[in-house]
Amino acid sequence: MRSQTTGWLLLAPTLVILLVFGLGPFIYVLVVGFTNWNSFAADPTAHFAGVQNFRRLVFDDPFLHSLWLTFGFTFFAVLSEIVLGYFLAQLLMRDLPFKGFFRTIHTLPLMVAPIAVGATWRLLTVPGLGPLPYYLDRWLGIDLRIGTFADQAFIATVIMDVWHWTPLVTLTLLAAISSLPKEPFEQAQIDGANRAQVFWYVTLPLLKPAILATVFIRVMDALRTVDEVWMLTGGGPAAATRYVGLHIWRVVFPKTDYGYGAAMSLLTLYVTIVLCWLMYVALVARRELPRSE
Amino acid sequence: MMGRSPLKPGRGWLSLAFWIVASLITLFPIYWMFVVSAKSRVELFGAPNFIIRSFFVENYTATLSNPTFQRYMLNSIIVATSNALLVTTLALLATYALSRYRLVGKENIFFWTITNRMAPPAVFLLPLFLLFTQTFTIGSFSLYDTRIGLVLLYCVFNLPFAIWTLRGIIDAIPRELDEQAMVDGCNTWQVLTGVIFPLAKPGLAVTAILTWVFAWNEYLFAATLTSVNARTITTGLAEFVTVTGTNWGQMAATATLTLVPALVFLGLVQQHIVAGLTFGAVKE
Repeated sequence: MRSQTTGWLLLAPTLVILLVFGLGPFIYVLVVGFTNWNSFAADPTAHFAGVQNFRRLVFDDPFLHSLWLTFGFTFFAVLSEIVLGYFLAQLLMRDLPFKGFFRTIHTLPLMVAPIAVGATWRLLTVPGLGPLPYYLDRWLGIDLRIGTFADQAFIATVIMDVWHWTPLVTLTLLAAISSLPKEPFEQAQIDGANRAQVFWYVTLPLLKPAILATVFIRVMDALRTVDEVWMLTGGGPAAATRYVGLHIWRVVFPKTDYGYGAAMSLLTLYVTIVLCWLMYVALVARRELPRSE
Repeated sequence: MMGRSPLKPGRGWLSLAFWIVASLITLFPIYWMFVVSAKSRVELFGAPNFIIRSFFVENYTATLSNPTFQRYMLNSIIVATSNALLVTTLALLATYALSRYRLVGKENIFFWTITNRMAPPAVFLLPLFLLFTQTFTIGSFSLYDTRIGLVLLYCVFNLPFAIWTLRGIIDAIPRELDEQAMVDGCNTWQVLTGVIFPLAKPGLAVTAILTWVFAWNEYLFAATLTSVNARTITTGLAEFVTVTGTNWGQMAATATLTLVPALVFLGLVQQHIVAGLTFGAVKE
């Protein structure tokens, strides 16, 4: 009764846009990555260069450094968000007054533009203006200058990310916890399991799919963080918070060394995929946790 | 009285205390930004003061009366609104096709759309810049630094979101309704506008609002693919750091203005934003 042609016609505009602006650039970067195209070079036309760009990448210290920094940032940010988010979600499961109100407040950071998140944290941490340097110095004697000290800048970006994205983890895990079956918990209580045992042998295995999904989404997002960090630290001091997205955008992109930039983009995409795949293998294919009888 | 997690007296208060602290930490950076936006340079000097005694309106009026900023604001409104309308319309058509027609490989297409949203944007800056400046050109017209360019580009991450959000909504509308309408002699367009649209309205509204917010919030593509004419409010905010360096009051005012839509829409869409940000993997 329904003609297939009509169906494809309805789908066509969407497919055309996604093919031109989504798949198109991907194929483009794939091709350019294997050329020596540099519009400022003596010969500004593109020639096939094999894996020459990728060979250069392996010895590109600033790039490898930014990749390494990105992993560190992702690791600390996502780990803190999962722990904190789980804790807050469990607290929200209790009988709590003003639950809806707390949830609404908690959702707010998710709606804020990343660039505005960076702006708010800059206003908090600027020496001479922000309350953080002022009170850390007065109360704890800590000299907070994220424009000078690399460690502080790194920690600041992690804390900012935790502020921005913990709500997503909380709300995701809350949805998962609310839909858990009651019976395993009642059984564990009858068997006299203590809190730690219930958590380790009942809650965690049941929540594993939800936690995994959240970790994947957060890791993918954290690996591509650019806006907030650019606004907060500008990638500095020196290159201390120049994560890989920032590195491609601010260092490689303006150099018009298109072939090399494309190769770097490709490698970044590849590393993202491999990292997610490794995590999947490590977390999902691992031996199942023993369950209580 | 044995609940799932038995509450000892006093435990509830502890949870409440934790949540109050968490909420204060969540609100504090935004509140501080608002405080800075309401103060003059002189007032900001010295120890941080969290109370707004007199509202220093000049930060806002200076921003709002600046022609450059007005243009950025207008661009953001035009780009976000056009993108929301375009994405919602196209996604409605696409989702209807995916839901009702027997198309070869439609589930693969459905999944493929979301992969467009997963890739790191920085990876596609270079090819997009080259495509926008050199390939997608007609005569002297190129997509670079145009609002239409941004509107089309934002479809890449907003269309998958909209399709994944609407799929469940369209699937939930009973097929009998539109089949009956077809028997009565309605064509596909009439079925879409007369049957599907009214029933899917609430879902479409949420999709449109979140799409609008995502487009409004976008920075990286806007910063790379525009130069003068099509710059948006987020790029304007970023320029503050590099251009005027120390005028924190005005920067805070601009950031607060950037935040307004999020605050306005928060209540309307808070139930759906998590599903939106997790590619529909989590439904509350």
